[in-house]
Amino acid sequence: MAESDTLGDADRRNFLIKVTSVVGGAGAVAAAVPFVASMNPSSDVLAKATTEVDLSGIPENGVHTVAWQGKPVFIFHRTPDEIKAMEASDGGFDPEPDDKRVKRPQWLVVVGICTHLGCVPNKEGPGWTCHCHGSQYDDSGRVVRGPAPRNLAVPPYHFIADDKIIIGEA
Amino acid sequence: MPNRIINWIDRRFPFTSFIKHDLTGYPTPRNLSYWWNFGFLAGFVLVLQVVTGIFLAMHYKADVTLSFDSIQHIMRDVNYGWLLRFMHATGASAFFLVIYIHMARTLYYGSYRAPRELMWWTGQGLLLLLMATAFMGYLLPWGQMSFWGATVITNLFRATPFIGDQVVIWLRGDYGVGDATLTRFFSLHYLFPFLIIGVVVIHLIALHTVKSSNPSGIDLAAKDNIPFHPYFTIKDFFGLGIFLIVYCLFVFYMPNSLIEPANNIPANPLQTPTHIVPEWYFLPFYAILRSVPNLVGGVVAMGLSVMMFAFMPFLDRSRIPGGASNRPMVKLGFYLFLLNMLVLGYVGATPPTNRTILIGQIATLCYFGSFLLIPYISKAEERWLIKRGLAPEVQALIESEARQIEQAKHPHSRRAGDIA
Repeated sequence: MAESDTLGDADRRNFLIKVTSVVGGAGAVAAAVPFVASMNPSSDVLAKATTEVDLSGIPENGVHTVAWQGKPVFIFHRTPDEIKAMEASDGGFDPEPDDKRVKRPQWLVVVGICTHLGCVPNKEGPGWTCHCHGSQYDDSGRVVRGPAPRNLAVPPYHFIADDKIIIGEA
Repeated sequence: MPNRIINWIDRRFPFTSFIKHDLTGYPTPRNLSYWWNFGFLAGFVLVLQVVTGIFLAMHYKADVTLSFDSIQHIMRDVNYGWLLRFMHATGASAFFLVIYIHMARTLYYGSYRAPRELMWWTGQGLLLLLMATAFMGYLLPWGQMSFWGATVITNLFRATPFIGDQVVIWLRGDYGVGDATLTRFFSLHYLFPFLIIGVVVIHLIALHTVKSSNPSGIDLAAKDNIPFHPYFTIKDFFGLGIFLIVYCLFVFYMPNSLIEPANNIPANPLQTPTHIVPEWYFLPFYAILRSVPNLVGGVVAMGLSVMMFAFMPFLDRSRIPGGASNRPMVKLGFYLFLLNMLVLGYVGATPPTNRTILIGQIATLCYFGSFLLIPYISKAEERWLIKRGLAPEVQALIESEARQIEQAKHPHSRRAGDIA
């Protein structure tokens, strides 16, 4: 084909423009991947995955706050009365029976981060109150007043002894 | 000799013509009031923030174990460090004050209307960039308010459909706000002002294409324009003097009045302060967030509350030129809107109780309602004003605009009354 024919072929030009645009665009997206990925948690952050907690020092009706993955986890030693009250109800906005939220009824283990916007609720009377936007949770960590949409999360944990748990592994 | 150098440059770069065309000789409406000073003041504060920020960055350390103490190092040990920090912290509030007045002037005088829509929209972009910059800068001292403010705001991205939780972790680089978050906020806090400078250049190029609006709202004939220099350089510098008096009053006599006391406690990820409040300039939007009893709804409402301003050129359907001075309903609406902003600000600053939540919800409805009613109010007001009789120059302007629209539709037809 003579040079003038290839230059004058509009379809050929349009096809080449489309192909180079697609290849160039794909290249730009691929080049963005490492930059975006670099903002995800780094290996040393991922390594803080589990926390071991000794429960023997927590008195009845006492709450201990431990850090797991940099987040506060509430460990609440419930009294028989509190257990009875919690088993009697299913909570509020996000109904869930109490026995689904505990491994052993006297120990409530929940991530102490308000499911609304991430503040740490305070233990006040029965349950917790989040002072940032007014959400309330009961003694099972279930939301009873908004704006929080969900119950306090139960982290994966298991008992390795009668008074020891590991948070971070189910 | 200086002339020869300038001539040498002018043959290679449009130096003299740029100065003449865009600075000294730039045609400016002669009737601009002091409300037109605030664009210049915003530019001044931008330079102030960049300069003080660069010098603060020479002494600041972005590391969770060091940053809180490095602020104390700046305050106590660095020569004039206290001055740099107070200028920068006060400058942030000054920036928002100046920008809010600049926006209020635009709304009052209807300066967002054709042909200045792009001015308004680039301005909206600048507001978002300013908010992002201020928010990221607020984390850097690593105090309790810094930490929990950043926690709450990054959590807003949980409202992203499907991948909300991953987006929040990606933004923070950690499961909670941590060292990775602090260092990236510092990096971006340093970057964003330069993006702002870029958008300001676009804002100014648009301004120099459409020229300044003026209090009458009527485009002035060439004879009513005067050169920017010396008339408005002197007016801007006088305004700058007044601004600096107020600014220095805060910097030197009450620098801590704009800093939350709780931010003097180092960040503690395991303990939220009982009452967290954002800086004053975010309070109305924060009140709107809190007024919606649903996470996604609150986030959408807060985002919309900032973005509503961008719709103004579409919402205002009146053909009456100018702003509130020609339009009594706009004037009334403007002051009611400001009042509503103050109510929202008050609600945002107080802890959530049943009463403040109710007030906040009513004020939020008024906020969005006032935007949504503008199309109807502006049309009804136009009919009423035309029935009542317009000032002759306003009448003439509406007619000439109608002719222009007609001409644009039929560029070749010419009507009997037109002058060739």
